[in-house]
Parts: sequence; structure tokens; C-alpha cells
Amino acid sequence: MTTATATAMAAREAARPKLSLKDKYAVLTRDLGWDTTYQPMDKVFPHDKFEGIVIHDWNGWEDPFRLTMDAYWKFQSEKERKLYAIIDAFQQNNGQLNVSDARYVNALKLFLTGVSPLEYAAHRGFAMAGRSLRGVGARVACQMQSIDELRHCQTQIHTISHYNKFFNGFSDWRHLHDRLWYLSVPKSYFEDAMTAGPFEFITAISFSFEYVLTNLLFMPFMSGAAYNGDMATVTFGFSAQSDESRHMTLGLEVVKFMLEQDPANLPIIQKWIDKWFWRGYRLLTLVAMMMDYMCPKRVMSWKEAWEIYFEQNGGALFKDLARYGIRMPKYHEQAAKEKDHLSHIAWGIFYNFNHAAAIHTWVPEPNELDWLAQKYPDSFDQHYRPRFDYWKQQHDAGQRWTNPGLPMLCQICQIPMAFTEPDDPTQVCYRHAEHNGEHYHFCSDGCRDVFLGEPEKYVQSWLPVHQIFQGNCGGATLPEVLDWYHLKPEDRGDYADSQDRANWQRWTGHE
Amino acid sequence: MSDAPVFIALQATDDMRPVIEAIEADNPHATVNHYPAMVKIDAPGRLSILRASVEERIGRTWDVQELQLGLISLAGHIDETEDAFVLAWQ
Amino acid sequence: MPVIALAPGYTGEVRDRVENFHGNQLVYFGWDQHRLFCSPFTLPLPPDMPFGALVDNVLVPLLGAHPEGAAIDWARVEWLRGDAPFTPDAQASLTDNGLGHKSLLRLRTPGLAGIGGSFN
Repeated sequence: MTTATATAMAAREAARPKLSLKDKYAVLTRDLGWDTTYQPMDKVFPHDKFEGIVIHDWNGWEDPFRLTMDAYWKFQSEKERKLYAIIDAFQQNNGQLNVSDARYVNALKLFLTGVSPLEYAAHRGFAMAGRSLRGVGARVACQMQSIDELRHCQTQIHTISHYNKFFNGFSDWRHLHDRLWYLSVPKSYFEDAMTAGPFEFITAISFSFEYVLTNLLFMPFMSGAAYNGDMATVTFGFSAQSDESRHMTLGLEVVKFMLEQDPANLPIIQKWIDKWFWRGYRLLTLVAMMMDYMCPKRVMSWKEAWEIYFEQNGGALFKDLARYGIRMPKYHEQAAKEKDHLSHIAWGIFYNFNHAAAIHTWVPEPNELDWLAQKYPDSFDQHYRPRFDYWKQQHDAGQRWTNPGLPMLCQICQIPMAFTEPDDPTQVCYRHAEHNGEHYHFCSDGCRDVFLGEPEKYVQSWLPVHQIFQGNCGGATLPEVLDWYHLKPEDRGDYADSQDRANWQRWTGHE
Repeated sequence: MSDAPVFIALQATDDMRPVIEAIEADNPHATVNHYPAMVKIDAPGRLSILRASVEERIGRTWDVQELQLGLISLAGHIDETEDAFVLAWQ
Repeated sequence: MPVIALAPGYTGEVRDRVENFHGNQLVYFGWDQHRLFCSPFTLPLPPDMPFGALVDNVLVPLLGAHPEGAAIDWARVEWLRGDAPFTPDAQASLTDNGLGHKSLLRLRTPGLAGIGGSFN
């Protein structure tokens, strides 16, 4: 070809009108959808009307991130290349030796057993939602998110697998997730969402979890990782977070879309917002504990994180949604009152039952107790320091204290009933309901309301303690149950007496 | 137009440095906070990331969607075009 | 409120019916304002167990794990069934004391305020 021809071709190419980002996106996604004629649409999409959500015009759906598949593959593969290169370097350089101390690694154990399986569940849930919703824009967004979530699960497993070579408690994460008592908390949360219809699923996960509450999961874990020298997790975290921004916008978009379509949708959505705010908040109990107790180098307190990410940012969000008639989620004031107590309550649960947990717990060091007292001036010294002083005394005397029984669990969140009355931190909060002659107990007004909203769903809850007493967990004795959990002796118990700590001292010469 | 806070959080990488500089220059009402491996930029009401501003700083054409490579989190309604990425509340 | 499901009349299997517990029933037990124990306990108990046997054979050993456990004056404690005060009959069975399957029993020990008076 001559230069003249090449120049002419280039000129013609430049002159050809190009589609805008918005139009290109519409052509390559929306316009590939069609209304079926061989079968009625309702038969092809039988699951997107039963929830009572009314959609008049799916074309009202706005796509905030206009990623076509070619752009998706390009950016995602770029992120993957960078991520795996960093993981390789981390492994080659024995990056695990750079963490602040081996106590931090227990945060990763909690993450792999509690969060990574939820990523896989989200992958399935978004595939289901993507199949169920008849609007093309929503289907494309769900399909991309389904792939994102699978990616997150895979990258988490890959990143954390390196720690499995050096520390206990990681190897049987999938089995633990399905059986271990405290892991029924995240498991049942997600199963509740997946057994709902597609609109509730997206409201629960995309909006309530991945928009309203996500910063309270990811920022603490990832900042915690950064502050404690865990660069592999930081890298994975930030790589996933870029996907999360798309997820967040899907969540906000779906709620706005439903609210704009029909006024009948408002009460349904408000009910879901109330339910899933409380369920998500209870799930975050584990994160509160991680932030305040499990990171030797602390980023900020749970209380501070709640104030920034929920009270301020969440407050701004709900102010924006007020024009649709949406109000703040029910019981948000109780969460605000509880911020002085949540992490201490949670650590108390795991300290009590460390003999049956796949993470280590410990009494915080004196400087750490002082940090807690400083961050929680209204609660820590009065309500929580005395128990740590007692537990330290017992441990030093060779009698590490543990709970002699099994706990009462909340029927909804499945956490031991350790939460206290919103206005009395000395008193366990007991709530109750009767349904068809049976008694059910709850940790809070929020969980009780969830039950009363759909009792026939939650009478089926697989509560770990009840299942043990029904004989469904390997046997009648604790050793048999721990065996059924695949919980090995070296996985559990106090950090001070653990193999993890002994190894850490040997490898690093540090405490 | 609301004054409620919006924010964008970006990875503190070489790729994102010119983006962060562009945001700072174009949004004088914003505050830039540095954390380990992350930069969080808060602003009342609105934040704009302008393609032209970034291109000025990197000496090549820049696709607004390249933001995907460094984005960590955000708050606010998004409006994305070829020329800008804007976060705002209504 | 009924579950909104694909078909009307959705019901779920009640997983914790008393028949599933091999002759036992569940009683939940909590010692008020003693938060060293993170939560109340779940106890599988024979429904015809005398209340006095529950105290002597189950609660005393259980609460022995608490530094104040041995100091409890069982003649002077207060009991609640659910959230209502009640006076148990030590000779009568749990059932006859109104403590059926998944009932809640709470103990109060005025004068014992936990570790250093902190309600732990």
C-alpha cells in the first residue's frame, strides 16, 4: 500500500462518526436483547414478578458504568496480570514474615472461612438474578458481577493459600464454612438472600451490603492488612475493590430504578432495606472484633469506622433517597448506641469458646488495653477491662478460662445471645416470639422483626447448637463434634499457647 | 444540588498519581487524605475527573474507563462519559 | 406475616421440634448481669427433671466456672421465667414449673455484682 493510500484511509477512518460511550454501550448490550415471541415473556422469566415489584419500563434502567464485554475483558485481565505478579513476588520473598505479628494472621483465617465462601455464593446468586430479571441492562450487570464474584473467590483463595503453608486453621475452610458454629452466621445470611427472589437478592446484596455496608467490610480488612504488613491481601483487596465500585453502583441503581418505576414498590423496598440493614449489621459483628482486637497495628476503632462509613456516608445516602420516600433503616439508632460495645461483645464470644473455634484468641497486651480504653472512654474500663484482667490472671496461673457449656443462639443472626439492651450494657437483650405454638428467641428488636416478617422461612434455621443436641454433628461429646468440624487441636485455643506463635518466634526471633 | 459528602478512593500507584493530581487541581473544594496504599478524596456535593486534565499530565491519550484499574471505592451518583467521570448527589 | 413465595401457602419445616431431641427438651439459662459468660446457655434436659436437680446437678457445676459461682446463696436467689419473676417448686418437674421446650430461665443474685462489681 502506498503512503498516500494509507493517509487517505486514516483520514476517512478519522472522519467516520464514532459512537459515544453511551451509544456504543447501548448497541453492544441492550440492543442484543429481545422480547420472545415463540414463548411468552412471563414463561421465559417466571421469577421476576412474584415479589410484587412492578416494572413498567425496563428501558428506564441507567447503566452507570458503561463497560462493554471487550472493555471488561481488557481491564479485568490487566488487573489479574498485576495481581498475580504481586502474589508471586510475595510468595518468593516470604512476605508472610513481614506481618506485624502472627496474631494478625487470625484475621485472614476469619476471612477465608467466613467471607470467601460468600464470594462464591454471590457468584451463584448473581447468575441466578441475571437469569431471572427480564431487563437486559440488569441482566448484563448481573452477569458481569457474577464473574467478578467468582474472580474474588479465586483470588482470595490464591492469595491466602500462601499463608496455609505456614499457619494453622486454613486448610479445611470450605468444610468449616458449612459446619462450624460461628460460620453459620455468614452462611445463613447469604442463604437467606439466595432463597429470596431476584429483586430482594439485589436489594440485599448489591444495595444493602455492597453499597450501604461494604466500606465496613473491605476498608477495615484491607487497611488492617496494609497497616500490618500483609501486602498480598492489600493487593488482592484493592484489585477486588475496583470491581466493588461497579457493584456499589448497581446496588444504588437498582433501588432508584425500582422506586422510580411504581409507587407500589416503596413499602416493599423499605421492608427489605430494614431487614437487610439489620442482617448485614449483625454480620459485621465479626469485622468489629477483627478491627479492635485482631490487628496488632490498629487502623481505627470500630466505633470510628461506624461513624465515618455509616453515620456520615450512609446518612448522606439516605438523605438523597428521602426524595423517593425512603427513610433511614429501622434500628439504626440502636446500632449507633451499640458502637461502644460491639467489638468487645464479639471478642468475648470467641474468647469464651476458643476451644471450639478455628482461630486463636488472646488477652490484649497492656498497651492494647489502653488503646481500647482511649477509643472507648464511655464503655471499656467500666464494662470490659475487668474481664480481661481476670482472664489474664487465670491464664498466667495455667488455667486458661473457657465457657463450660454451649451458648443460646439468636434464631435469625445465629450469633450467641451476647448482645445487650441498647440502654443497659450490663443486661443481655432477650427478645421472644411465639409461632404456631413454638418459641423463638432473638438477640434484638431487629432480628425479631425479621422473624415476624417471614416466620415460615426462619423456623427452618439450622442452628449449630441445636443441631449438636439433636445428635447431627458427629456425636454427643465435644471431641466428636470438633472432629466432625474437622477442627484440629492446633487450629484452636489461646494464641499464647499455639503452634502458630511458637513457629513465629522460631522464624522471626520476635514475640 | 446537595452538599452531602461524595468521595473517591484510589490506589496509591504510579498509574493513579496523575489522576489524583488532576482531581486535586480541578476540585479545589476537595480534601485529599493519604492512607497506606490508598488515597481518599472527599468533597462536599461533587467531584469531577476530567480526561483532558489527566492527559495533560501523562502525555498520552487517556480513556476515562482506565479509572477501573485503580478505583477502590466511591460514594455518590456516577455520570460517566468519554470526557469525564463525575460523582454527585442530587 | 406470610412469606411471599412463588406459590401461596408457603410453610417451612420446624427444625427444632422437641421430638428431635431424643427425649430431652431445650431450656435456655442465663445468669443476669454476669457477662463473663458471653451469653446464656442452651441446656438439653429431661422434661421431668425436678427443678432442684437442675440446680444441684447442672447449674451449680456450670456456674462454678465463675469466680462468684461458689458464693451463690441458692436460698436467696431470684428466678425469672421469660421476663416474669416466678418462684420455682424444687420438687416439681421442669414441665410442672412451666419450663417447657425452648423456655427461658433467668437467675438473679442481688448482692453479687460480678468481677469487681463490673457485672462480669
